[in-house]
Amino acid sequence: MRLNCPICGERDRREFYYKGDAVELDRPDPNAGSEAWDDYLHNRDNPAGETRDLWHHESGCGAWLVVTRNTLTHEVLRCELAGANTQ
Amino acid sequence: MGYSALKIIKEGLFGQRGWKPVWRDPEPKSEYDVIVIGGGGHGLSTAYYLAKEHGITNVAVLEKGYIGGGNVGRNTTIVRANYMLPGNSEFYSHSLKLWENMEQDLNYNTMMSQRGVMMLCHSDGQRDMFARRGNAMVNQGDDAELLTPEQVRAEAPMIDFDNVRFPIYGGLMHRRGGTARHDAVAWGYARGADQRGVDIIQNCEVTGIDIEGGVVKGVQTTRGAIRTKKVAIVVAGRSSLVGAMAGLRLPIESHVLQAFVSEGLKPLMPGVISFGMGHFYISQSDKGGLVFGGDIDFYKSYAARGNLPMKEHVMEAAMTLMPSIAKAKVLRSWGGVMDMSPDGSPIIDKTDTQGLFLNCGWCYGGFKAVPGSGFSYAHLIATGTHHAPAARFLMNRFRSGAVLMDEEGTGSQHNLH
Ligand SMILES: Cc1cc2nc3c(=O)[nH]c(=O)nc-3n(C[C@H](O)[C@H](O)[C@H](O)COP(=O)(O)OP(=O)(O)OC[C@H]3O[C@@H](n4cnc5c(N)ncnc54)[C@H](O)[C@@H]3O)c2cc1C
Ligand SMILES: [Zn+2]
Repeated sequence: MRLNCPICGERDRREFYYKGDAVELDRPDPNAGSEAWDDYLHNRDNPAGETRDLWHHESGCGAWLVVTRNTLTHEVLRCELAGANTQ
Repeated sequence: MGYSALKIIKEGLFGQRGWKPVWRDPEPKSEYDVIVIGGGGHGLSTAYYLAKEHGITNVAVLEKGYIGGGNVGRNTTIVRANYMLPGNSEFYSHSLKLWENMEQDLNYNTMMSQRGVMMLCHSDGQRDMFARRGNAMVNQGDDAELLTPEQVRAEAPMIDFDNVRFPIYGGLMHRRGGTARHDAVAWGYARGADQRGVDIIQNCEVTGIDIEGGVVKGVQTTRGAIRTKKVAIVVAGRSSLVGAMAGLRLPIESHVLQAFVSEGLKPLMPGVISFGMGHFYISQSDKGGLVFGGDIDFYKSYAARGNLPMKEHVMEAAMTLMPSIAKAKVLRSWGGVMDMSPDGSPIIDKTDTQGLFLNCGWCYGGFKAVPGSGFSYAHLIATGTHHAPAARFLMNRFRSGAVLMDEEGTGSQHNLH
């Protein structure tokens, strides 16, 4: 698997650390209540098909990326800077 | 069908033409008392114990592929009861006892071999942890022995004792652990369930779950609609997809785990050796192949195949532990899709929908759970109450934070187990 870092270009999977589902970008309000926090921390859509994950270009530029991927084929569809997503 | 040495010789002489299928291939009926979704090890054992322990025989196991095509036929066959935390300890202890009597119970050779599972430690701290774990195992009524480096050497002279990074400080031996023939376990339970009247229906994918007013009414399948009052989901890596058919959003992520087998070698391995620091474990099959594996590939995947970086890691760990196998050739590798839970422990529970039950979250360790999981799940489905050894496998533990079973102590968080 190769990821196309917007800063460094296409790089081998070994350069990246995998953080998990990009749901982590949608952090609830601290007072949102236990149900919202449980959902955020534990429950996942876990799709068979297109999914969005957070990857860290650990051995490269250090950027956090949102990678859109297909979980059935391992095809990588898009790599974007996570910062662009949250602002 | 009876099996005997005489029959094997006879069939060998006459071209193996006399063997017959050991379970029927029925058409789905329009209605069952219980529908089990998923014909893996857990689904088949659930059906078997529903029939055997509770007399519920009007049961269908619906399998989208073929029996043995899922993780039950892809795992590295290690069976053990060396867990530490309340909740897991009593469950795996019960499951191991069922393993010890499985062949007699099923009248089927599952090649259960208690050849021992030995975990290695490489520091004082890790040895202290092993002492604690061993005491927990003994307190649970299972067996554990803390081994000195000399005792480890006597068990496994072929490993590298002088590795600079991972010197051998000792081991934790669990002699009642071992390996079994994974396909035979699936076939044995399938046959036992079928003999008691359970319909095992292959090539039948569940595509929908019918719910009216909060009560389960039946399922939609690729072979038509089937009515029932009880639906038991037990589909391993596809739990989220089947759960979603009933409106459930589960605390599960699907990840791929790989395994490897070498060419056949002369007997080399004493039993199972687990090199936890390298995320590596290895045993030798009765055919002589070294069977080994490592960690998950660490990104969500529904593809039952892995990537090269984890293969490299596993080979490196193999070389670290036992350089003597350097020239052995790897014959095959494959992957299976794991139902990973946040705390690394499973769920056997009811749902908010009446008549709908859920069994998932086995991560990479559900083969050893096949008998125990089926036994406890059948108990829950039949009686509506949790079976004592599995009473802590509740879904709401993530929400409440109470009785999490995080054996690795990494925190209840996805992608850490
Ligand atoms: C490489 C590898 C090594 C492993 N090693 C070990 C080990 O050494 N020890 C150990 O204890 N565990 C091990 N495991 C874990 C263990 O194999 C699993 O936890 C366990 O097999 C899962 O339960 P199962 O047998 O019921 O799953 P499966 O065999 O996967 O059964 C689930 C079934 O559900 C079916 N299904 C899915 N969706 C539908 C649908 N919509 N309709 C109908 N049917 C459906 C699937 O086709 C599948 O057959 C390993 C796993 C892998 C992949
Ligand atoms: Zn980069």
